[in-house]
Amino acid sequence: MANYLPRAEAARMLMDQVGDQLIVCGLGSPVSDVSSVKDRDLNFYLVGAMGSAAPTGLGLALAQPDRAVVVVTGDGELMMNVGILATIGIKQPRNLSILVFDNERFGETGQQVSHTAHGIDIAAIAAACRFPHTALVRQSHELGKALALTHAMNGPFLAVIKVDHERVPMSIPIKDGVLCKGRFRKALLGTY
Amino acid sequence: MMQRAQKANLQMADRAIGASHATDWRAQTFDAFERAGVEIFCYLPDAGLDAFIHRANAGNARRAVVLSTEEEGVGICCGAWLGGKRAVLMIQSSGVGNCINTFSLVTNCRFPFFLLVSMRGEFGEGNPWQIPMGSTTKEMLELAGFQVFRAAHPEDAVTMVTEGLKMAWRSDAPVAVLLSQRLIGAKDM
Repeated sequence: MANYLPRAEAARMLMDQVGDQLIVCGLGSPVSDVSSVKDRDLNFYLVGAMGSAAPTGLGLALAQPDRAVVVVTGDGELMMNVGILATIGIKQPRNLSILVFDNERFGETGQQVSHTAHGIDIAAIAAACRFPHTALVRQSHELGKALALTHAMNGPFLAVIKVDHERVPMSIPIKDGVLCKGRFRKALLGTY
Repeated sequence: MMQRAQKANLQMADRAIGASHATDWRAQTFDAFERAGVEIFCYLPDAGLDAFIHRANAGNARRAVVLSTEEEGVGICCGAWLGGKRAVLMIQSSGVGNCINTFSLVTNCRFPFFLLVSMRGEFGEGNPWQIPMGSTTKEMLELAGFQVFRAAHPEDAVTMVTEGLKMAWRSDAPVAVLLSQRLIGAKDM
């Protein structure tokens, strides 16, 4: 069996079971991965501000404690602000999950190898930051279990999903942040 | 003898008045946050913010968020507003530099955003390492798209925070209030 999931398959499995979860996608490929399966109002896309996906997810999780919040981001995007895992560990938001699409590369900039290619273990960092549940996912059945945990409301939960590093054409449905914010808030809160 | 005692008493009274006045503006400034409906306080400490951090932590424990680096607070505040809650970020001037790129989240999405900065590296500073950021904080924030108000007197702080919060949320604008080092006092180094 392969040691890496195709990222399109991981995104399809995620969005097939998404329900009413609030999704925050980090800079780059995760925006494309998620939106090309299912672009929806309750997806918020960061196409910049690298390192801000997990902080944005934390703020959303604190504001909406009864809704499951799922951050989908890359290994490089998370590593840029890895201290947020410690901040999340203090706050212990039960409704926050972070799915790291880990291709062990800086994909957007020419596929240079990243920290995780050198064995840096993001799931272990999260566990050390008092995340009660973490997972390392290489197979689709493992991803199925991890996705079930994003609904369990007993987080914070972090899964590192090892995905292949084949380049796929990027598609970003919305680069207009005001529009993206407005449609998200309208769908969630009924107001812009 | 008597005169000395009287003088000492007067000095003590002066200090007490000074202390209660100082406590007042801090208390009134924090009251302004609560009146404006701020429910989440993100911070990295500075001596000049101590009273605010204390108040934030004294309420509902979930509302205070201590950060490992200031830029985390930018995402947290924006995420909170996505979810319908008002959050503010309280940091010292050197931390403004850490946030610069993440401010693009605020400006690109036109999030309402309120930043309270305690100044270092200016009036009476004893640590030269604070000066590069402290002497450029206002200009950097303006370049990043902020409306910046600088409080030099206690009454400025209360008014600027009150009005700054209104402006942030009524105009979907990034607003910063700087608490000058002359107001909060230089740290002994």
